[in-house]
Amino acid sequence: MMLEPSPDQQLFRQTTARFLDEHAPVGELRRLRDDPAGFDEKYWRRGVELGWTSPLVAEQHGGGSISGDGLADLTLVAYEFGRHAAPGPLVPSNVVAAALSAAGSDAHGALLADLLSGASIASWALGEPAPNHRLGSVALDVRVDGADVVLTGVKRPVESAGEADHLLLTGRTGAGLTQVLVPTDAAGVTVEPMATVDLTRRFGRVTFDDVRLPSEAVLGEVGGAGQQVERQLQIALVLLAAESVGAMERGFDLTVEWAFDRYTFGRPLASYQALKHRFADMKVWLEASHAIGDAAAAAVASGSPDAGELVSAATAFLGDHGSELLQDCVQMHGGIGVTFEHDLHLFLRRHTVNRALYGTPAEHRQRIADLVEQRETAAA
Amino acid sequence: MTADHVEDLDAFRERARAFIGEHLRRVGPVALSIRNERTDEEEQAAVARDREIQRMLFDAGLAGICVPREYGGQGLTPAHQQALNDELAGYEFAMRIQVPTFTPCLAVLLEFGTEEQKQRHIPAILKGEEIWMQLLSEPSGGSDVAGALTSAIRDGDEWVLNGSKVWTTGAWWSDWGLCLARTNWDVPKHRGLTVFMVPIHQPGIEVHRIEMLNGNREFCQEFLTDVRVPDRDRIGEVDEGWTVGTRWMFHERMLYNSPLVTIPSGTPRGSAGNASALVTARNAGRLGDPTVRDLIGEDRTLDLVGQALQRRIGEGIATQTMSGQASAIGRVFGGVATTRRLTIAFEIAGAAGAAWCDDDGELVHCGNDFLMRQTSCIGGGTTEMARNVISERLLGMPRERTLDRDVAFREVPRSASSRERERLLERGAKTGGSP
Repeated sequence: MMLEPSPDQQLFRQTTARFLDEHAPVGELRRLRDDPAGFDEKYWRRGVELGWTSPLVAEQHGGGSISGDGLADLTLVAYEFGRHAAPGPLVPSNVVAAALSAAGSDAHGALLADLLSGASIASWALGEPAPNHRLGSVALDVRVDGADVVLTGVKRPVESAGEADHLLLTGRTGAGLTQVLVPTDAAGVTVEPMATVDLTRRFGRVTFDDVRLPSEAVLGEVGGAGQQVERQLQIALVLLAAESVGAMERGFDLTVEWAFDRYTFGRPLASYQALKHRFADMKVWLEASHAIGDAAAAAVASGSPDAGELVSAATAFLGDHGSELLQDCVQMHGGIGVTFEHDLHLFLRRHTVNRALYGTPAEHRQRIADLVEQRETAAA
Repeated sequence: MTADHVEDLDAFRERARAFIGEHLRRVGPVALSIRNERTDEEEQAAVARDREIQRMLFDAGLAGICVPREYGGQGLTPAHQQALNDELAGYEFAMRIQVPTFTPCLAVLLEFGTEEQKQRHIPAILKGEEIWMQLLSEPSGGSDVAGALTSAIRDGDEWVLNGSKVWTTGAWWSDWGLCLARTNWDVPKHRGLTVFMVPIHQPGIEVHRIEMLNGNREFCQEFLTDVRVPDRDRIGEVDEGWTVGTRWMFHERMLYNSPLVTIPSGTPRGSAGNASALVTARNAGRLGDPTVRDLIGEDRTLDLVGQALQRRIGEGIATQTMSGQASAIGRVFGGVATTRRLTIAFEIAGAAGAAWCDDDGELVHCGNDFLMRQTSCIGGGTTEMARNVISERLLGMPRERTLDRDVAFREVPRSASSRERERLLERGAKTGGSP
C-alpha cells in the first residue's frame, strides 16, 4: 500500500475497510463457501455505492476518482479486499469499466452506467484452454461476416462468468486482437462452473459456439485491440498485486501475533532466533511487495514506458515470495495452519488464486526477458 | 535570500541540471563494486577527480543539500537531494566521498560534534578536502562492535590510543577517521566506550592493505600505536561512546538511502557489477535458451524490486512514516538479492565462469564475482545482524540473550586470540610502552 495516501484516500480506504469488517467477516466468507455466486447482490451494490467501480471511469461517463489518480485510489480498495479476502468481482468489473470508458461507443453507455450503479456485473474473458493457455496467447476466433461478428472458441477461467450479464471477450481476427462485448444470454454462449481454491471467487468455462453479434458489439478496432488488451492486463495485474499484498500482510500479522501468544518449552515462539530470522525475511518480502506493487501502479497510471516491465516484475515477485511468505506462515502455525477452522487459509487462498490468474511468475519472467531485450536492442 | 527561504524544487532541479550538463562527464553505468579493476595510480587519479567534483559541487551550491547552511551546506530537503540524484543519472559522481564520509561520518559529526568540531570539518568535507573513514570494526569481531578492544587512556589533555581497526575501505587515500575506543574496562561493555576523530596519516598509524581473494586491495587494516589525540577531538562524552555508536550504526545502515548521500538514481548497489543478465547471456551466446531467459527475468525483477524498495524505505524514514530501523529491511534485501544475482550471472556464464579469455566480454567477471558473493551479506553489518534488528526492533520480538550485559567488560568471555591481544595491550599500557 502507498506509504502516504492523502487524507481523502485514507478516508476512501477506511470506508471500504469498515464496510468489509461489517459485511464480509470471516464467518460470512465461510458461509459463502457453498453459495453458487460467492457474493450477495446487495453486498456488491452497496460496495459499488462506496465507489468500487468508478475510479477508472472518466467523469463525463459518470465515474471519477478522489485523488486524480484513479488507479492509485483503486489499489487501496484492492488492498482491503486482500486484507479481508473479500467477495465480489472487483478486478474484472474494473477492467471492463475502464475499457468501456476508454474505448466504448455510445452503444455501451447503458452498460457502463449499470456497472457504476452495481445493477450489472461484467467480466473479462481473456484466458483460454491448452494449447493457448500461456500468457499472451489468444486464439478464440472473431470473424467478420457482413455487419456481424461471429465468435468461436472457449475461454477459461472467466471470473464470475455465471453472475455476469456481459463479458468483454478478447479474441483474434487474423494477426490482430479484437474485443467484443458479449451478453451472456446471447445464443451460443454456454457457461459451466469451474472448481476453485478460493472460498468466494467463482470461475467459469465459457464456450462460444458460433455466437453472432452485430458489429456495434466490437470495442475499438477489429484486429487493432492489442494496446487496449495490454492496458487491461496491466490494470488487472496492478489490482491483483495490491490485493495480494493485502492478503500477505494479513496472514503475516496473524502469524506475528501467534508467535507472541504461542509458548513452547516455556518460551514464546517469538523468542527463538531461528524463527525470528524467518519473520525478518518475511517482513523484507512484504515490504518489497508493497514497494514494487506501488511502483507498478504508479507506472501504469502515468503510462510510463517501463510499466509493462514493472507490472510483470511485481507479479513475478509477489507470486513467488507471497507464496513463500504465506506458506511459511502456515509452517509457523503447525497443524492448525492447515485446518478449515483457522483463518489463515482465507488469505493463502486469495493469494494462490491471484498468483495463477493472469500469467504465472515464470511466464512473467519470460515476458520481462522479452521486454528487456526489446529495450536494449532499441537503445543499441 | 533569507535564512529560512527554501529554494523551489523545480528551480533547484533546473540549476542542478545546468551545472551537471556543463561540468560533469557522461559515463556508462557505474557500479559500486569491489572488483580488482584499477591500478593504484588509476585509483589515486579517481580519488583526485572525486575531490575535484566535490569542490565543483560546493562552489555551485550543490554540496551538502541537507546539511545546514552554517556549515557550508544548502539547508534543503530530502526531496531536493532526490532531485539532484535524478538529474545525475548517467553522469560521473564523487563515488568515493559518499559512504562512509557523508554517512555515517558527517552524519555523526552533525549530531554529536561540538560547534568548533563542526566548523572545522564539515565545510572541509563538503569541499572535498577531507575524506573520512570509520575506525570501527576490529579483528576480534565484526558484528559485536561494542566489544571494541582498541584502548584510549587519558594523559592530561590528550588520549593515547592503542589497538587495531579493520575493513576500512580506501584508508590509504583517506584523511580522517572516526574511531571507537574503550576508555573504561571496569564497566559493562556499552558503558566504557568513547569516540574520537583521528587523522589517518600520522606516525602512530600503520595502514596495511588487505588483499581480498579476488585481488582487490582497497580494504585496509590499521595498527594504532601510542596515537595521541587531543581531548578536543573527542566526540560526545567520555564513556558515552555507545550513545554516539547506536546513531553511528543507524547512519551506516542508511547507506545510499541517506539524504546526505549524492548518488545518481539507478546506480547499481552492492557488488553485482554493472552488467545486466541480458548482456551476460548475450556474451555467453545463450540468449535464446528459455532457462536463461527465466534467469534474465528473475535478475531484472530483483533489480526493479530492489530499486522500488530502497526508494520506499528512504522516503519512509525521511518522512518518519517508518522507523529509522527500517533501513535493516533494505540491507537484507540488498544483500540477499545481490548474492542471487551473482549466482544467476555465474550460472549463465557456464564454463566461462571457471576459465575465461580476455575477449569474453562481461563473462570475465563472473567467476571472481561469484567467489566474492557473500561480501554483499557481510559488509556494512551482516544480514544476520539486520535480521535481529528487524525482528527485535521492528516486530518487537524478544532480544537475544547475551552474556556481556551486566558484567565489567574485563570479565566478558572472549575469543582466545582477543584475550592474548588484550594481555599484550594491558602490559603495554602499564609500562607506558607499545604493546
